[in-house]
Amino acid sequence: MAKISMRDVRKSYGKDQVVHGVNLEIANGEFIVVLGPSGCGKSTLLRMIAGLETITAGQIAIGDTVVNDLEPRERGCAMVFQNYALYPHMTVAENIGYALKVAGTPKAERMARIAAVAASVGLGDFLDRRPGQLSGGQRQRVAMARAIIREPRVFLFDEPLSNLDAKLRVQMRHEIRRIHNRIAATSVFVTHDQQEGMTLADRLVVMNKGVIEQVGTPSEIYDQPASTYVGGFIGSPAMNFLSGQVDRATHSVRLASGDRIDVSPAIAARNHGKLVQIGVRPEAMTMVPAGQGTLNATFEFVEELGAGRLYHMMFEDLTLTVLAGDRQTLAAGAPVGLHIPASAVHLFDADTGKRVEAAPLAVVEQVPA
Amino acid sequence: MRRAYFKFSWIAAVLLAPQLMIIFVFFYWPSAQALYWAFTLEQPWGGGNTWVGFENFANVLSDPYYWGSVRVSVIYAVATTILAMGMALILALFADRQLAGYRAYRIGLIWPYAVAAPAVGLSFQFVFNPGAGIFSYLNTLSPGVWDPSVYPWQAIASIVIAGAWKQVAYSFIFFLAALQAIPRSLSEAAVMDGARPLRRMIDLQLPLLTPTFFFLLVINITDSFTDSFGIVDTLTGGGPFRSTDLMVYKIYTDGFQSLDYSGAAAQSIILMLLVMALTFVQFRYIERRVHYT
Amino acid sequence: MIERTPFLNIATHVILLSGLVIIIIPIWLAFVAATLTLQEVNSAPIELWPGNQLWANLVEAWTISDFGTKFLNTLIVATSVVVGKITLACITAFALVFFNFRGRMLIFWMIFITLMLPLEVRIVPTYAVAANALSPFQTILEVTGINWLINAVSGIEVALEWNLLNSYTGLILPLVATATGTFLYRQFFLTIPDELVEAARMDGAGPLRFLWDVLIPLSKTNIAALATIMFVYAWNQYLWPLLVITDRANYGMVVVQLSDLVPDQLTTGGGTPTWHLAMAATLVVMLPPIAVVIFMQRWFVRGLINTDK
Repeated sequence: MAKISMRDVRKSYGKDQVVHGVNLEIANGEFIVVLGPSGCGKSTLLRMIAGLETITAGQIAIGDTVVNDLEPRERGCAMVFQNYALYPHMTVAENIGYALKVAGTPKAERMARIAAVAASVGLGDFLDRRPGQLSGGQRQRVAMARAIIREPRVFLFDEPLSNLDAKLRVQMRHEIRRIHNRIAATSVFVTHDQQEGMTLADRLVVMNKGVIEQVGTPSEIYDQPASTYVGGFIGSPAMNFLSGQVDRATHSVRLASGDRIDVSPAIAARNHGKLVQIGVRPEAMTMVPAGQGTLNATFEFVEELGAGRLYHMMFEDLTLTVLAGDRQTLAAGAPVGLHIPASAVHLFDADTGKRVEAAPLAVVEQVPA
Repeated sequence: MRRAYFKFSWIAAVLLAPQLMIIFVFFYWPSAQALYWAFTLEQPWGGGNTWVGFENFANVLSDPYYWGSVRVSVIYAVATTILAMGMALILALFADRQLAGYRAYRIGLIWPYAVAAPAVGLSFQFVFNPGAGIFSYLNTLSPGVWDPSVYPWQAIASIVIAGAWKQVAYSFIFFLAALQAIPRSLSEAAVMDGARPLRRMIDLQLPLLTPTFFFLLVINITDSFTDSFGIVDTLTGGGPFRSTDLMVYKIYTDGFQSLDYSGAAAQSIILMLLVMALTFVQFRYIERRVHYT
Repeated sequence: MIERTPFLNIATHVILLSGLVIIIIPIWLAFVAATLTLQEVNSAPIELWPGNQLWANLVEAWTISDFGTKFLNTLIVATSVVVGKITLACITAFALVFFNFRGRMLIFWMIFITLMLPLEVRIVPTYAVAANALSPFQTILEVTGINWLINAVSGIEVALEWNLLNSYTGLILPLVATATGTFLYRQFFLTIPDELVEAARMDGAGPLRFLWDVLIPLSKTNIAALATIMFVYAWNQYLWPLLVITDRANYGMVVVQLSDLVPDQLTTGGGTPTWHLAMAATLVVMLPPIAVVIFMQRWFVRGLINTDK
């Protein structure tokens, strides 16, 4: 059993707090991706699980053991580092087998296990090479093999793919997922690449400025972003944002320009008068002839994406983007209508940035109706 | 290589001229002069120099005092290098653990680099002085037991200790810098692999220090051959009975006190060849230096 | 990092403290000696705690050695060497890196080889050159017959002479040439992107403008690093000033002065050795470079490592 549970985990360097009270339960065998921009505290969190950083406050348990004061070697975690951290003076075999050597595993057994693990990641022919003689992808595999050989309960990945080129990155991503499925360890994977996060994770943890913004499956996070931050961070091209005020009578949000964007009556009823941010994904808007849509905007330019096109519009002083499959030819400055269906609108509190729901969220506030 | 240049003009010539003038006058000319003197002999009562071939070298190499000087120079070089580098290596490995007080330890081990050789020599002359130094107590118990101005081995030990004392800081600075250049993630990977600090020192840090180690080895040996004058001159003056007459010191005394320019020049050429050989070894080594990446 | 290593931590402190103690012992004993009276310093066993004569000894050592003049001389020489070395290193490296001409590598190697000719091994002939810095040129004129030609044509006997003994120039010039500094600058200049040179040329800046307006401001850390190590180097010079300066009263440097303070038969004439004064003087002499190293530690370490690597 290697579930991981974190209770109010905090980390400060002197007065500078970088992780502010993280609560997270990770189930045995789960693949968790911690996603966030650089400096959000995600690597620090990972290193606290590994034991490479002390825990300033709170508690981390792996399995049923509180590991706060355990040394890294006592925690049963293996880690893959961003720059691989291979021992430059050792051969591939020595790199992979170093943990076993330290643990005093007999040489014959060590060699057998090294050979087996190396073969499983496709390094069988490279055992006598030094890391300096390997390609980026091969080094990555050595780093993986070094972690796998220890049969860890918990697998930690610290942005392991960020030094690879785009194609290799996708390939290694698949490989990591396969390895995870095979060895059935609990995996925690830290990255700033949302695509990596969306594709790898059983559950995503989105972090920002040392706090968890949202935890959920990739589709939950995409469909129901819990805050403007998550809405803006997840999804490419990025979500459009507009500011306005909720009006119950018309079931809409009134923008400063006087335009109205329809929302569901239930939301409007609960939040009358509230200042909000409206989030709309580019693919959820459609272009219609001028005057017939929710808003009237001015076309600026188009980006060809191959599978579709990204149309850039000016609305007031904002840039809005629409992702559409069809190929329209528009002149710069042409007026365009934008249709925004009520179902496509995400509402966020203008002050807190938190999602505004029609019904109270069961997990957030459990107030009896 | 660079692709954008300024066009060569008198400006470049003017910028290069001062350095070239100085190295010509103070490096190449004297070296050529040394070569000239080494192969000629100045006639007594004037009359210029006459070509004598390898005679000066033959004289030097058949001089037992010269071989004594070579012997003690080698002893001095080997002993100071081992002492200084060994101590510096151990201190750097432990200082690199960066426990509390790290900064204080570091500065405490660096500053001796700034002490002038004669100041080191003079301090140690006091420390080892038979009448006033740390061993003066021995002499009150049994008069005459300790006196570097009488016993050659004690004089050699004195210059070795003083020389090593002066060299520790230099090696320490380089070892520590090399240790700190080891990526943190490497040590962390070893931690994750279960290696504790001493094990990491042996399996990780020591092997990664190899290039620095060889670099320092050559530099230290070269320095102990060429840079020992200040210590010898203030600490022992080459004595007793020429027991600390290091090669550099002998060149100085033969040249400036005995005014035997040809003999001193021949010795200079030999020492020059030795330094060149060491530098060559060093650069050949640096060329092929294992760059772990 | 979470690592419970209480015994190793204690061992670490013990080892490091022993190292510090070994390093500090001789200087501590010298310091203690500098605080004692003549009788105390010459009584066995050696005194381990300071007395109260430090100031008196410092004053006396200062006066008998005439340190006022000598500190000034040393400061003049050290500063000039620092400024000279940095300037020379900078302009030489600039010419070698930013101009393309034949013989560039030859000049680079000529400078490189000087690394293998430390002053100590060429001391005797270098001294001869210092007696007349123009003697190389005089010799060239004579050997090539130009002198004879001039004499035959104009009747003038060319005799070039420039005696550097007992002068600041003589102290400074031979110490100013610098292969290491040139390499440090060369390394730094090689990291300057081509685009910067091209941009400067597009902006109409000539080489000297580029050097002054772009490179020198960029190389401030280089200058600081070089300055610290060169200052220590120049301050601690011993063999060269010992030879070149016979007029110690006017041109003496402090480090050389130490050799006069060795309390042997020569200085005491068989009297009681004046260790307290010798040690007081030693302390005074070693202090300025130590201060530079401690206060400029970062630059010093960087300079040392970059120049020697």
